[in-house]
Amino acid sequence: MTIEDLIENFELLEDWEDKYRYLIDLGAKLEHMPEKYYTEDWKVRGCQSQVWLVPKKEDNKFYFVGDSDAAIVKGIIYIVLTIFNGLTAEEIKNVDINNIFTRLGLNEHLSPSRRNGLSSMTEKILYYANIL
Amino acid sequence: MFDVYEIRKQFPVLGRLINGKPNTFLDTGASAQKPQCVIDKMLKVYSEDYANVHRGSYLLSEEITLEYEKARKIVQKFINTKSDKEIVFTRNATESINLVAAAWGRKFLKKGDEILISEAEHHANLIPWQQVRDETGCTLKIFKIADDGSFIWDEFAKLLREKTKLVAVTAMSNVLGTIFPIKKMAQAAHNVGALFLTDACQFAVHHQIDVQDMDCDFLAFSGHKTYGPSGIGVLYGKYDILEKMPPYQCGGDMVDHVSYEKTTFAEPPARFEAGTPAIVQAIGLGEALNFMMNLGMDNITAHEKELTKYATEKLSEIEDLVQIGTAKDKGGVFSFVLKSVHPQDMAFILDKEGVALRIGHHCAEPLVHRMGYESVARATLGLYNTKEDIDRLVKAIEKAKTFF
Ligand SMILES: Cc1ncc(COP(=O)(O)O)c(C=O)c1O
Repeated sequence: MTIEDLIENFELLEDWEDKYRYLIDLGAKLEHMPEKYYTEDWKVRGCQSQVWLVPKKEDNKFYFVGDSDAAIVKGIIYIVLTIFNGLTAEEIKNVDINNIFTRLGLNEHLSPSRRNGLSSMTEKILYYANIL
Repeated sequence: MFDVYEIRKQFPVLGRLINGKPNTFLDTGASAQKPQCVIDKMLKVYSEDYANVHRGSYLLSEEITLEYEKARKIVQKFINTKSDKEIVFTRNATESINLVAAAWGRKFLKKGDEILISEAEHHANLIPWQQVRDETGCTLKIFKIADDGSFIWDEFAKLLREKTKLVAVTAMSNVLGTIFPIKKMAQAAHNVGALFLTDACQFAVHHQIDVQDMDCDFLAFSGHKTYGPSGIGVLYGKYDILEKMPPYQCGGDMVDHVSYEKTTFAEPPARFEAGTPAIVQAIGLGEALNFMMNLGMDNITAHEKELTKYATEKLSEIEDLVQIGTAKDKGGVFSFVLKSVHPQDMAFILDKEGVALRIGHHCAEPLVHRMGYESVARATLGLYNTKEDIDRLVKAIEKAKTFF
């Protein structure tokens, strides 16, 4: 599924309850990461729940896996991975995450602390794009 | 008569809709909402009465100095100190405890001495003592509490001995709600020659305090939790102890004579209030404490006690919900987890339903870990909460459960 597919699907959902049920469903689709990645080294700071994010670079393109112990956050990670996986470092720098979450209709439903968590994740992705 | 529905009207923010729902504010333990009288008082001082204190030789400055010192007298009444000179205004309880750690701890503690605290301390009553330990070489001892959060006298008494120079214990846990028998503990501490400090941050919001009866040597609380403004806190210290303590910070207002060779310091409390204080906040705090005293501390306690009983019952009816901290002697603090839902996931749904509570380790990380969790949800009561608030909390938790 591409991010445009996701935006279409979210558009069909009317209220926050349906949007969040869908978000939770998406989170449940995240694949469990290999056990060795559930360590402090791969944690993203600045989230209220535990979040892990692990990068991989192939042919100049980035691929991430991630997980969280909170279901809604897993859904957000699913979206973040859908956005960023397969992009080059240059493309990652040009992503307007705020715009995408607005088009998903999720921005207004994310509390400030969750928005912080989201920016912690995208900052981490940018960081990896810069150093790898 | 304590009519909670009338009293609620005095807190304007409680009338605000949150995500289209009634404001179900259950986070007073983190910070309380403010009554109109406190807001009005501060607005009036800024609009009509403002100047610096203790400095000017003109009407406004003299008037506001009187108001500022009147606030100190209100605090004196609120916790019944012998003298208003025993009240030091600080930024918050954290600064009050740091002040004791820095000024008293560094001067009077040495290798071989022991500080005794409980397992149930907020970081504010833990980390300052770790620092003092590392700086002076003294030892920090921690006495255990029961798995249900109860205080166990024998665990405390076992670690209390000649070497103990200071006992620093919360009067009411901000995670478990447990109320500690401060008066008896202070007496036991004095029997071995130790001083006794209590962190009354949570306790002061709900109960009458009499420091002379408790006979504690230091007591700390924060204005923002007792329905006053943020930026103002209180340290009570017995005068003869404060008198022996060196300054905490140095600058204006806290000196007696200054020359380039030598400075002599003012008497307490001025010695510990360097620089321009939080003038309007202190006056706002005075107003807030008067507000509480006018309602009657016993009335507040009784109202919250009934609500605590109601909430405990209602929460225990929720399947899959585990309450953390179920001591017999506890106040309106409800920490809990749902077996199948992460606290953050639950908090999201609760927020959408207008229910405000806090999740995480509540600045008591070792305690939350000791209870067996990474993160817990916590609802706390204030004098304005009602049974309807509890009902909305329960309904929102039930709703959250349907999502996962
Ligand atoms: C028991 C206890 N001690 C200390 C504090 C620290 O208070 P403040 O942040 O106002 O200094 C708190 C506040 O959360 C508390 O609950």
